[in-house]
Amino acid sequence: MMFLCRWLTRACPQTFFDRAHLSAGTPWIDAGLSSLMPAVSHSDSPGIKKESANSLSYEDFTMRIISAERLRQAVEALILSVSRSLPSDVRAALQSALAEESSVQGREILRQLLANADYAEATGLPLCQDTGTAVFFVEMGEDARIDGAGLQATLETATRNAYASGYLRNSMCHPLTRANTGDNTPISLHLDLVAGDGLRIRFLPKGGGAENMSRCAMFAPSRGISGIRDFVLDTVRQAGPNPCPPIIVGVGVGGTFDLAPTIAKKALLMPLDMPNPDPDAAALEAELLDAINRMPIGPGGLGGTRTCLGVRLLLRPCHIASLPVAVNIQCNAARRGEICL
Amino acid sequence: MSAIHLTTPLHYEDLQKLKAGDRVTLSGIIFAARDVAHRRMIEALDRGAPLPFELDGAVIYYVGPTPPPPGLPIGSAGPTTSYRMDAYAPRLYALGLAASMGKGKRSAELRAALQKYGGVYLGATGGAAALLARHITAAEVIAYPELGPEAIRRLTVDKFPAIVIYDAHGGDVFPPI
Repeated sequence: MMFLCRWLTRACPQTFFDRAHLSAGTPWIDAGLSSLMPAVSHSDSPGIKKESANSLSYEDFTMRIISAERLRQAVEALILSVSRSLPSDVRAALQSALAEESSVQGREILRQLLANADYAEATGLPLCQDTGTAVFFVEMGEDARIDGAGLQATLETATRNAYASGYLRNSMCHPLTRANTGDNTPISLHLDLVAGDGLRIRFLPKGGGAENMSRCAMFAPSRGISGIRDFVLDTVRQAGPNPCPPIIVGVGVGGTFDLAPTIAKKALLMPLDMPNPDPDAAALEAELLDAINRMPIGPGGLGGTRTCLGVRLLLRPCHIASLPVAVNIQCNAARRGEICL
Repeated sequence: MSAIHLTTPLHYEDLQKLKAGDRVTLSGIIFAARDVAHRRMIEALDRGAPLPFELDGAVIYYVGPTPPPPGLPIGSAGPTTSYRMDAYAPRLYALGLAASMGKGKRSAELRAALQKYGGVYLGATGGAAALLARHITAAEVIAYPELGPEAIRRLTVDKFPAIVIYDAHGGDVFPPI
């Protein structure tokens, strides 16, 4: 049985610190890694347990086998549904923006975006022609394995199949020759190994226009919170009308040069209607959202008071010499969804 | 505000009347071309080879549509970000291109070209791709089919809605940020 927990994010608890990457001994992970995904842990969930088709038993533990075929079918269904419908929290945010937007032109854009979401849902057309790089964030229990082709190859196959069968655009190309790969692979896979035997797959098709407006910086620690704030606001200001506002802003602070952008992207998975449990992060999110919405960019960039639907911030420890900051901008077609197997 | 209806090919006099912020609707033939297709067109010009379509009075829509599902002429077809074509577009305006259509801001060089050659830059709503596809009644790949979504397509459009972002007189709809 597949638990389709798309949008039912409370069933698959969010982790607002990027805990899955943290090493033991860091005070932030005192809750323990296994608390990350109780709803998807096979052993903790009788509903899933019944469905276990296969397992490998050893003297001291049992390894859960997840069928690659079952995974492929579930991921194909996920890709199709995510590409065609707007998450409920994003839709609600667009509706709130429509109620609050002061400019006539801005309200017209917001009405078009809501009508587009309705039309895509009704017709099965993709919400946006840019059906994106296929980005997957996977949390896989160390006591689970995928039979047959394995995790990565199965996600690649599911992507290839869904982009073809769903009439989605193949947007991946060779970086130098610009020759299209023809099947929207390779995927972008971020894998966290976690305790337990669950498998949680989050899919974020990421369009190029907003991705191009994203930035990363390696600051000296002396820049502090004001440096972070200035960088986020400057990134949004420079992006202006380009990334299809109203936007969502994912911010990753900490980690290393490679991880800050990863957690900024991961932040885009956080639903807009769920408060950040870290009070410092929540305060900075609110401050940034307010400052962005005081910029006269507005929906479609045509002016107005609703440039941004939400700012989401993930933190992670970093080197004592560093303050990495990454800003990943997401467009108004902020598609995402997840399944738990 | 009611929309100004334009039928392609566009004429210099029509373009001169447009003001930044005007709503327009486009009917007739327009051409879909984006990143690599532009590079190819410029390479063709450098070789002295003909372009895949007549530029004079033409409208280029920066779009890479999704494939057409059965029974539809085209899939979702919203605008892509236009500045990426700024390296190529001034030369096309110099050769008679009347309008380009996309989303987002453009370079100073592009805006100067609009004034110099009497062209305009139109904006379609980014993120309204499924809705916009309803205004495209036919689509045919006419060049570079190997580019897939980036191939040049001849699109027949019916009252395709857009807004004049930059007019031919230096007007700009975007508020200063």
